[in-house]
Amino acid sequence: MKDAVETPLNEAEFHINDYIRLEQMPHFLCPGCGHGIALRALLWAVHELGIDKDKLAIVSGIGCSGRLSAYIDANTFHTTHGRPLAYATGLALARPDLHVIVITGDGDSLAIGGNHLIHACRRNLNLTCMMLNNEIYGMTGGQVSPTTSPDRYTTTTPAGNTEPVFDACALATAAGAGFVGREVTMQVTGLKNLMRDAIQHDGFSFVEVISDCTEIYGRKNDLGNSPEMILSQKSQMRPDAYRNTVDVPFRPNALTCGVLTKTDRPEYGKAYRDMTARLRGEGK
Amino acid sequence: MANQINLQGNQACALGAIAAGCTFYAGYPITPSSEVAEAMSRELPKVGGTFIQMEDEIASMGAVVGASMGGLKAMTATSGPGFSLKQENLGYACGAEIPCVIINVMRGGPSTGMPTRPAQGDIMQARWGTHGDHPIIVLTPASVAECYTETIRAFELTERLRVPVIVLIDEVIGHLVETVDLDALQPEKLVERTFATGSKDGFEPYAVTDDMIPPFPRPGDGFRSHTTGLTHLPSGFPTQNPAKAEAALVRTTDKLDLHADLIASNELVQTKDADLLIVALGISARAAQQAVTDLRADGIKAGLFRPKTLWPFPESDLKACVNGAKAILVPEMNQGQMILEIERLMARDLPVIGLNKIDGEAITPAEIVAKVNEVLS
Repeated sequence: MKDAVETPLNEAEFHINDYIRLEQMPHFLCPGCGHGIALRALLWAVHELGIDKDKLAIVSGIGCSGRLSAYIDANTFHTTHGRPLAYATGLALARPDLHVIVITGDGDSLAIGGNHLIHACRRNLNLTCMMLNNEIYGMTGGQVSPTTSPDRYTTTTPAGNTEPVFDACALATAAGAGFVGREVTMQVTGLKNLMRDAIQHDGFSFVEVISDCTEIYGRKNDLGNSPEMILSQKSQMRPDAYRNTVDVPFRPNALTCGVLTKTDRPEYGKAYRDMTARLRGEGK
Repeated sequence: MANQINLQGNQACALGAIAAGCTFYAGYPITPSSEVAEAMSRELPKVGGTFIQMEDEIASMGAVVGASMGGLKAMTATSGPGFSLKQENLGYACGAEIPCVIINVMRGGPSTGMPTRPAQGDIMQARWGTHGDHPIIVLTPASVAECYTETIRAFELTERLRVPVIVLIDEVIGHLVETVDLDALQPEKLVERTFATGSKDGFEPYAVTDDMIPPFPRPGDGFRSHTTGLTHLPSGFPTQNPAKAEAALVRTTDKLDLHADLIASNELVQTKDADLLIVALGISARAAQQAVTDLRADGIKAGLFRPKTLWPFPESDLKACVNGAKAILVPEMNQGQMILEIERLMARDLPVIGLNKIDGEAITPAEIVAKVNEVLS
């Protein structure tokens, strides 16, 4: 496993314009959306790691999160709903020379793409998955998602949400992901560091970003404006952050943030290539 | 010296893929196509390729498109319910023009149907299975040797044209074992994908070129382009401008018209003087070929038109070989699918009659002979 501490970081100042497609501006996100902050943190991490943009592949699914790939100056693939991890699996196996990063959302990866997420965790291919959790299907107008908090109003829970929520990080850990972390958008430096560690992790890494959907979800539930929502999300962080265990399978009112799981497991792509080399008599 | 071996249709598809330079396979077990996956899991490591059994049919199609986006020749195989599940990501490959090959071994349907029994019920699904207007190519081998050569041709077409290609075989062809000489079936020179080269400034991944096939920007080559399932501009970015959206969609279908000669392929059996023309594919065409021989022995001038490329349907080739035929018979293992296309093309000129069977058994030569005698009487 590569060690974050030993990797020299690119100390040049980070300018986001070096990493986005300015010609695609103005962007598509609503005022107050947290996704832009997550995008900045991701690109900041890419910058600090000195990743060559030509070798950076961003694979996204469908939804508000899925649209972010178009803004990144890299090899970008906006795929189908729930399937970015499947596409990324093919791409990363085909091209181990690329840094493959998946951007997905709570509906994309926990509902329609749930099967791909748990098997990506189990397989442990060298991929980074950043899941933007805004608790809602924003693109389609604000329907309930697997992470919508209890009692919240959405366009398909007009009397309040009666379904329990998924804890994405507990799910990823249980399914075998070697690196699992969570952060809120208010802690942008912390999120950048978390993304950096996730990208450096040799194997499958999963990061849940607690993002806010002010325009559609916040307004319908009187959660305040964007700063108020972001502050509220931060205030729900557990004080004992950066722990190595997840003891809250179904999230109550407190979130555990930081690196939640970090284990060494054989990276799948290397394991497969070693096996095929042995079969061809090329030794290990 | 001839290298004669006994080979199964499904395995021949796998070996054909390897001969075509395929280095990536993702699949999911399903009867009656699983032997393709099993053969690829053995063969790909030998050539430094990658085999992966994904968590489901949807994921395997996604992984195939993902590997092809990385520049590799990639394939999957499936059947019945699996083919239905693959349609979403197949549509993405159609829209984003990502080369890929899908072997579909047809079994009885609908739903779980008769998994081990043959059928030819996916003829329309192969053409129209994914939503929206889209270009697609479908090839239909009728022998083990053709499973090998048509899979090679599938790779050549998909890589050259950037259109997904389906190799559509029925369970009988997939599980048929025949003696083949693979040395004699080797391609002379493989057709490869054209990758983008040259200037990165102002590069447009879907630029309208003379041949309507935009060079493929391979990740890592410095083009840093965007690929999406949204209707897109030549720049690769989405558009809802009516004129630009329509132009983008029309180019992908015009592309197939422009290269129609490259795509079309048929076998004609004694069609020149045929009073009765049979149009059939797969195992039904094998039965029809025997029926033609038997009918001619009885003095009935029958002929066979066998589309090796089913879609786009080779309509000018069919019209050119009708000559003096008085009727067309379409035997197929479904309730009438290919016949709809034959009727569309020919019904104004002569009677088009179906012979249909959906009981899980192949159509026999005797059944075709009996039907022809009934038609001519």
